[in-house]
Amino acid sequence: MNFKKQLKEGLLTNNPVLSQLLGMCSTMAITTTLFNGLGMGLSVTIILICSNVVISALRRLIPDKIRIAAYIVVIAGFVTMVDLLLKAYVPTLSDSLGVFIPLIVVNCIILGRAEAFASKNGVLASAVDGLTQGVGYTAALVVMCIIREFLGSGTFGKGVLGADGVRILPEQFPALLVILPVGGFLTLGCLIALTQWVNRRLAEKEREKEAVK
Amino acid sequence: MSTFIALFTISLNAILAENFILVKFLGICPFMGVSRKTGTAFGMGLAVIFVMGLASAATWAVNEFLLVRLGLEYMQTVVFILVIAALVQFVEMFLQKALPALYQALGIYLPLITTNCAVLGVALLNIQNNYNFIESVVYGVTGGIGFTLAIVLFSSVRERLEDCDCPKAFKGFPLALIAAGLLALSFMGFSGFKVFG
Repeated sequence: MNFKKQLKEGLLTNNPVLSQLLGMCSTMAITTTLFNGLGMGLSVTIILICSNVVISALRRLIPDKIRIAAYIVVIAGFVTMVDLLLKAYVPTLSDSLGVFIPLIVVNCIILGRAEAFASKNGVLASAVDGLTQGVGYTAALVVMCIIREFLGSGTFGKGVLGADGVRILPEQFPALLVILPVGGFLTLGCLIALTQWVNRRLAEKEREKEAVK
Repeated sequence: MSTFIALFTISLNAILAENFILVKFLGICPFMGVSRKTGTAFGMGLAVIFVMGLASAATWAVNEFLLVRLGLEYMQTVVFILVIAALVQFVEMFLQKALPALYQALGIYLPLITTNCAVLGVALLNIQNNYNFIESVVYGVTGGIGFTLAIVLFSSVRERLEDCDCPKAFKGFPLALIAAGLLALSFMGFSGFKVFG
């Protein structure tokens, strides 16, 4: 098991959002402040690790024909737990993420990892996969949040560093548009383009190295 | 009359001002996945209208008569996703037997709908907004219509994007997202749009 390689895959070359293009609903909908992004990222990471572990442990018991339904029940159970915990301990986060917390059930990342990884690999490897993919998802969300918050409200770390965050741009400059749905589409489009560019450069470098050898 | 106005407002909101895809960000995966051709986009839209309407009715009934009675509201997410999955399976079997032509047309899109967040989203939003049975069904169907409107409009844009000239890194998905952003911008014109005060 190669943790470093898996981490690199999760963060960049096989990032769930930016390369696999999964789970985009929540990525665009809630990334308006750093607080939302971190909260959502952590919740998904925890659910991803738990569901990967359970599904991997049960992978020989679940009949092949009804596996998707079984996965969904496992995932929905963990989502409900996280939903209730957030409502009890971090009600502000629960309010601002709203319907997107229960909607983690149908987030393609979790079902995708269950089907592509946890159903074929051991418990420990699946836990590591859940962690690295979750970290990749969180990283994508955090980058989106930082860009959109900076351009849209001119602050950094709203909700994390105090209620209003640190003001960087004076109040009259920020473009409200970036916080609105339009900004979500545009920011994610540019970020995915950037990832594709970086990945292509990395692949070219690998090829050059091979050629030199 | 007042119920009619309320239903009309719900419909107009669901289709335009609070479009499921472009304003609420629900159902982006199928929106991006099956919008390469207008024909398939329309087929997906029809399937979504149908399932969203049915799912609204079914989840409302389950919530009202089962979960609330038994005090199990916290099980909503689990129960709703199971109801939707069963419903989609059932619709698929029914169509296969009764309307093979429609089944052929919708075929591959039906199973995909189970994991469409617009369907689970509408079920949860109906409860959140305290809609009654008729309002829920209307919200589900018109939400589906809004989904169809957005995906059909977008697919016609996307057909033209396929072979346009643009920086290599933007080719394909990123360009599609940016086009969707511009579509969302035009739908912003409807926000705050009220018919009856």
